[in-house]
Amino acid sequence: MSFLSDFWKYLRERKKWWLLPVIIFVLIIGVLLIIGSTGPAGAFIYTLF
Amino acid sequence: MIILGISAYYHDSAAAIISEEKIIAAAQEERFTRKKHDPSFPVNAIKYCVEESGYDLNEMDAIVFYDKPFIKFERLLETYYHFAPRGLVSFITSIPVWVREKLFLKGLIKKELKKTGSYDPAKVPLYFSEHHLSHAASAFYPSPFEEAAILTIDGVGEWSTASICHGKGNSIKILKELHFPHSVGLLYSAFTYFLGFRVNSGEYKLMGLAPYGLPNHEETQAFEQKIYDHLVEIKDDGSVWLNQKMFKYATGLRMVSDRKWNQLFGFRRRRPGDKIEQHHCNLAYAIQNVTEEVVRRMVKHTYEVTGQRNICLAGGVALNCVANGKILEEGLADNIFIQPAAGDAGGALGAAYTGLYILGGKERHPVHPDAMQGAYLGPEYSNSRIQRTLRRLNADYRKYNDSDELINDAAEFISRGEVVGWFQGRMEYGPRALGNRSILADARNPEMQKKLNLKIKYRESFRPFAPSTLEEDMNAYYDLRASSPYMLLVGKVKDQRRKQIPDHYNDMAPMERLYIERSDVPAVTHMDFTARVQSVSKDTNERYWRLIHRFKELTGHSTIINTSFNVRGEPIVRNPEEAYICFMNTEMDVLVLGDCLLKKSDQPAWDREKKIQKFKPD
Repeated sequence: MSFLSDFWKYLRERKKWWLLPVIIFVLIIGVLLIIGSTGPAGAFIYTLF
Repeated sequence: MIILGISAYYHDSAAAIISEEKIIAAAQEERFTRKKHDPSFPVNAIKYCVEESGYDLNEMDAIVFYDKPFIKFERLLETYYHFAPRGLVSFITSIPVWVREKLFLKGLIKKELKKTGSYDPAKVPLYFSEHHLSHAASAFYPSPFEEAAILTIDGVGEWSTASICHGKGNSIKILKELHFPHSVGLLYSAFTYFLGFRVNSGEYKLMGLAPYGLPNHEETQAFEQKIYDHLVEIKDDGSVWLNQKMFKYATGLRMVSDRKWNQLFGFRRRRPGDKIEQHHCNLAYAIQNVTEEVVRRMVKHTYEVTGQRNICLAGGVALNCVANGKILEEGLADNIFIQPAAGDAGGALGAAYTGLYILGGKERHPVHPDAMQGAYLGPEYSNSRIQRTLRRLNADYRKYNDSDELINDAAEFISRGEVVGWFQGRMEYGPRALGNRSILADARNPEMQKKLNLKIKYRESFRPFAPSTLEEDMNAYYDLRASSPYMLLVGKVKDQRRKQIPDHYNDMAPMERLYIERSDVPAVTHMDFTARVQSVSKDTNERYWRLIHRFKELTGHSTIINTSFNVRGEPIVRNPEEAYICFMNTEMDVLVLGDCLLKKSDQPAWDREKKIQKFKPD
């Protein structure tokens, strides 16, 4: 939760609202890459792309 | 108020603690973990600083981290977005690291802090300073100036690669910034890479190689012209524009496009360990010259913007002592203060200062000559601790009760051409050994540079050595307008000390020129008759001053070689055991640890092969 509130403060301070969808997209990709490189779910990720 | 500052996760992690206005302790993590430029969270350095402060971590008024991870991430994203589809591989490599760790740095720092002992996040607030503000704070707040211009230059922080600030009292105002990807630090690092040295550590080797270049040679001039024509445009205010078509650092996993650079300069990128040829030296000279021009213009513009003739410098480029020396030589500033830990390690101290003065609003009282206490801010070992270590190691030593006698004997050994390891008092903060963790030798000896490089430091033979000179005798040796307590200024060796060089000097191979005697202190006189000087003051380091003073009584010279107490790739030694091991693994002749003196010839048999510590060459 602390991360989300800090992130919200950062967006307000820097006024970089256009980054919000980009960051959400990158977070999803990043999480998928992490799972893909480490976990057993990796095999299923290729189907998502 | 008591504040802990931390720098970590890039390179040269460090910690520093300030209580009221006094720096209590500061140290780099590499000295504890024995990994050079260690970027990991500085658990050991924090433990040491907290212990030295006499407080508990929960008694800190604040903990300040030296940069802002969200803004760094913003830079990363915007850069990939701007350059897409270039950089896809680098993107795929770095994003998981960010998503896993760096975006959640606040939580990670708190978790790591718990490893240092009792830490309760609810009791101590954690703040984040900006990278270049931390550098600016590390330069201005410990300086002796009530008001000054501040110039910070490095590779990159969040967005900034250089900044001009105005410091007055306890405030710092950022006036101008140069933003990524345009960076003089990264330009220099690109050449460091191309000339076969390691980025973020080999930059000072490039600086040491530059004087071997031939200034008036047509190849050198052609290289310089190519740099201006194809790589960098320098504006009047010193800001730079780098032609990104020739570089890869913004999106790639290497600094430059090897193919394009090979084509541009007409030779292949030098691989680490390859022989150094004259064209490598000429290119090093050319980029050093370009860098000096950038710094020169930036300093001039800093004056135009701030109206201040006192200047404070920090950031990795401020370790370029040749450029620093030119600022004084050319009268671009009246007074200069350079943070001795100018690189990212110094960010920890700067972060602590921002907590004290900017967040805490503490009134500032400048100290003369500065508040750095000679940079002797690290761990210290008592004589009883040293003796305990030596007994455990079965070392043969003599403990002196009279320090005059010890100093006399050490000075005599140096004057007889012996190499002496000198371990005293608190360890230095920053990359330089300043007489507490040093290897000392006679600067008059023309063979000494070769001996030290090849038999003691195990490093490239071209690497120069620096002198320590009594502060009061600086004028007798160098043309330098200011004292240089932190070995961060280069000055010309006085004309009357120079020797006649052969007519064909410039036609000789670089390594042949190295062994031509250029002055009466040849081991510390570079190819271009300059020296990177440390002025030693009796007030700051009395014991070291007394040693050089005794050497002067014996030889008439108040200059000795001072090089850091380590071998190639090894962080400078921290404790007596590391000093003893380094002493035994090299051809050092004598070791002085506190009040104990050890001769190599008296030591028990040492199985070097077994006990040698392997350090990856830097």
